[in-house]
Amino acid sequence: MTQDFLQFIFSGLTSGAIYALIALGFCVVHNTMGIVNFTQVDFVSLGGMLLYSALFSVGLSMPIALLAAVFGVSLVAMFVERVGIRPARSTDPLVLIFLTIGLSIILRGVMALLWGKNRMAVPSLTSDDPLRLLNAAIMPQTLWILALTAIAIALLAWFYRRTRLGLMMRAVATNPRAAAVVGLPLGRVRMLTFGLAGALGGLAGVLVTPITTLSHDVGVLLGLKGFAAAILGGFGSLPGAIIGGLGLGLLESLSAGYISSAYKDVCAFVVLLLVLFVRPKGLMGR
Amino acid sequence: MNIRDRILYFLDLHRNGLTVLALSLLLAVYPLAYGNPYILGLTNLIGIYTIVVLGLNLFIGYAGQISLGHAAFFALGAYGSAVLTVKWGVWPWPAIALVALATAMVALLVGIPALRLHGHYLAMATLGFNIVIYTVLVQWDELTGGPSGFAGIPALSFGAWQFDSDLKLHYLVWTAALICLMLGLNLVRSGVGRGLAALAGDEVAARSLGVDTRRAKVKVFVLSVVLASLAGSLYAHTFGFVSPDTFGIFASVDFVTMVVVGGLGSVWGSLFGAALLTWLPEFIDVFESYKDIIHGLILVLVLLFLPKGLVTGLIDLSRVRLARWRQRRA
Repeated sequence: MTQDFLQFIFSGLTSGAIYALIALGFCVVHNTMGIVNFTQVDFVSLGGMLLYSALFSVGLSMPIALLAAVFGVSLVAMFVERVGIRPARSTDPLVLIFLTIGLSIILRGVMALLWGKNRMAVPSLTSDDPLRLLNAAIMPQTLWILALTAIAIALLAWFYRRTRLGLMMRAVATNPRAAAVVGLPLGRVRMLTFGLAGALGGLAGVLVTPITTLSHDVGVLLGLKGFAAAILGGFGSLPGAIIGGLGLGLLESLSAGYISSAYKDVCAFVVLLLVLFVRPKGLMGR
Repeated sequence: MNIRDRILYFLDLHRNGLTVLALSLLLAVYPLAYGNPYILGLTNLIGIYTIVVLGLNLFIGYAGQISLGHAAFFALGAYGSAVLTVKWGVWPWPAIALVALATAMVALLVGIPALRLHGHYLAMATLGFNIVIYTVLVQWDELTGGPSGFAGIPALSFGAWQFDSDLKLHYLVWTAALICLMLGLNLVRSGVGRGLAALAGDEVAARSLGVDTRRAKVKVFVLSVVLASLAGSLYAHTFGFVSPDTFGIFASVDFVTMVVVGGLGSVWGSLFGAALLTWLPEFIDVFESYKDIIHGLILVLVLLFLPKGLVTGLIDLSRVRLARWRQRRA
């Protein structure tokens, strides 16, 4: 009984951590640019794809391949911002949302072209022998996911508080016009924000694809749940994204365990809708 | 006024009516010339999508709201008709009305709380609703047939006379589509439509000018959902088979693409967007693997260069050109 419960909690935290990473990516871009960036969804798949190529085509060792994949996604994200979003003449949020949807379709098409549409498998970071904790089996990958997510969140907090670039991003987020007046390079800050979001999404992809399988559209459902997590926490709030992610993950694994695994997505989204109807700004929204 | 000016004035005054008339004539005659059932099947699909896209366009383009879940309401219409007629033996025509009514109720239930949300939150709520409906369609296989779909939906009929060939269905589908288009054209120019356009422009300003924005949003949402449901019922009876894949979130994204490419807030754009994006895969069949990329590129390029959509954008562009040309001549 407790053993099952513990198992559900661990699997919930694992997927919750992934959702939290993706949700942070959504929030980071939203805060500086005021848009919902649906290409975040594809940064997740791209992370897994690049890890696969770095391991098997280039032949790098795991830690280096992981860093290379995250960095690669970050570069692609900056490229997407530069050629896909900055030239937009419109400031209408509706148009910008649809624009990112279009870019996401293109990215998915390119990935299908480069890596094919077959499912692939990526190895875990370390061995696949489960550890035992109070009779519950825990995969080492779970621990890696939790640890690396915690490190990423700590780094993000440090970055926003202590580095020059982080402060610039916060300035642009608070008031873009004032930031431009005091001489901050708006375009470059926005591009680097996309890079940051890409790194977060790519990390999520690198960590999650060993558990799921890898395909060009693996990120879609994961990414949309990340979006749901960000909304649940209050869109744009970074602590909200983390709480929303973990909350959604736990909700999903507990409802899969105790209610019905076929309807776990339904449970998660119904709760999300109910929360929105009671608190239209999300849990931590301003 | 001389004769030429009078004719031009007449044409300009009645441009919508004349376009509808010309389109009806064209649609009435063309199957007699091109009776190819494959093409007719495709144009029937365009007609059905036009109805969905028109409804969605009223919601996005006129009320300025986002829905990434319209395929769910399309699904409710299609599966509603399928289940009512096959499992419960209801006659098809009353079934369509019943399903539309029930879907409208669902829309009210979802819409009244959801439309308090703004922008991103509304996008998420509609997207979530679509995922819920899709999962139910796949999982509840005693009722819906699960992932393999629901077959054997009867054709619509008047007595013994059945709409069972592509040709007959052509007239049925396009009559419905034209009626909906005319409804859209008239609605847009009515007081309600102008109120909606004001709402899309600036919600606060619209409210201060006396538009009841909350009610207006809910009303147009219900209208667009009813159109999606009707189109869904038509789809079910036209093709006799429905499966969940037609109604996933990617279908919703496709509908949004059709709205955007045709033009936000353009009734004729709805027809154009639905036609272009349904035809296109047939044209680029050779480039099967590039299909998604081309699809995305069209959406991105239209948004970057003609944010008002192809129809409205090109009309605006040609107006500017015409005005410049006149200026130069004068």
